[in-house]
Amino acid sequence: MSDDPYKVLGVAKKASQDEIKKAYRKLAKKLHPDLHPGDADKKAEFQAVSAAYEILGNAEKRSRFDTGEIDAKGHERPERDFYHQYAGQQRARRYDPGAGTGGAEDFSDLFSDLFGQRARGGQGGFRQEFHARGSDAHYHLDVDFLDAAKGAGRRVTMPDGNRMEVTIPAGIRDGQTLRLRGKGGPGFGDGPPGDALVTVTILPHPLFTRAGDNVEIELPITFDEAVLGTKVDVPTISGTVAMTVPKGTSSGDRLRLKGRGLPITKGGKGDQIVRLRIVLPDKIDARMEDLAKEWRKHVKTDPRQKLRRTTT
Amino acid sequence: MSYDERTVVTRVERLTLRDLRLWVRKGWVKPMEGMAGPLFDEVDVARICLLRDLKTDMSISADALPLVLSLIDRLNQTRRELQCLQRALEGQPDTVQQQIIARYAALHEDPE
Repeated sequence: MSDDPYKVLGVAKKASQDEIKKAYRKLAKKLHPDLHPGDADKKAEFQAVSAAYEILGNAEKRSRFDTGEIDAKGHERPERDFYHQYAGQQRARRYDPGAGTGGAEDFSDLFSDLFGQRARGGQGGFRQEFHARGSDAHYHLDVDFLDAAKGAGRRVTMPDGNRMEVTIPAGIRDGQTLRLRGKGGPGFGDGPPGDALVTVTILPHPLFTRAGDNVEIELPITFDEAVLGTKVDVPTISGTVAMTVPKGTSSGDRLRLKGRGLPITKGGKGDQIVRLRIVLPDKIDARMEDLAKEWRKHVKTDPRQKLRRTTT
Repeated sequence: MSYDERTVVTRVERLTLRDLRLWVRKGWVKPMEGMAGPLFDEVDVARICLLRDLKTDMSISADALPLVLSLIDRLNQTRRELQCLQRALEGQPDTVQQQIIARYAALHEDPE
């Protein structure tokens, strides 16, 4: 393949912008990979043509190329995904001709043609005996963190105006899909209706985050609580729980509330992990300063000892 | 992974929100319904790129676009059915495969 974009597009050096555009359109119609799925040569050619047009299609870039400021290389478009690369997937079936009224019909047609069933179809013919499951309908649902953690029922209005009851199972994960049997498109003949597939997005919560089957929360405590230990009320997804903070805890220490997390599919429940954070008051008063000065006089521990040992 | 309207318009060069909404209204692109508007996945985005190419690069008129699109959809459907058939054949014993290949070749030579 030639490197010269003029040659790639098959235009003269003096061609007008309009002529270049016309030449590109002609080639795009001839070579577009979605019109020739699976043809690697045409794809390569199309990419060369696109890259050439990237330069020549823009009057400014073209003059920079003509004066040698930029070369033909380095302006190729990044590898692009073409539609036909997805169209082979099952989920692309929504774009089959007649999809929504059931693409299965055409598929059965192919086989009936192949194996001559139509000829042997008898009196009623093949079509009247045709039964197929209705198509699946895809929906999307945003769910609050707590609803997802504890499970909930939601009434949802579908785009077609139908109302539908959706049960969100406790512990559902972000991106999980719920299948509602029989809530999709109607079936054909005696075929059953399709399913509604509801993809769930879980909205973030200001306090709780999810880590596997555990729920994490950050709990602020005062310095005296950290030194002396205390009993605090901690919110969990299933209500407030009294928790003991032991004497002498540090920021970042993690305490575990067993069985206060999310339900596990195999049975049982995850834990709630409480991350402690020591918070000082906004204003340090004189007495607190005195306390710290007093403390500094007789305490010689160095929390950065390890740090120093590994860096020097 | 799914994208909302605005993300799609920024991701796909030379695409206007007006065109995108028109294509959805016409049923040429079928996004999922999110709570806050339509949501597009990779299949939809690739298809949107194709529609843009057809409209912008090949200047297919709005009247002719559905025709071209339905032909492309039919082509892809047929391709998938052939792939399906091929997989079904691959599952057959060698002798059956050989017979089908021989018959196929004969039909190629002489369709009658």
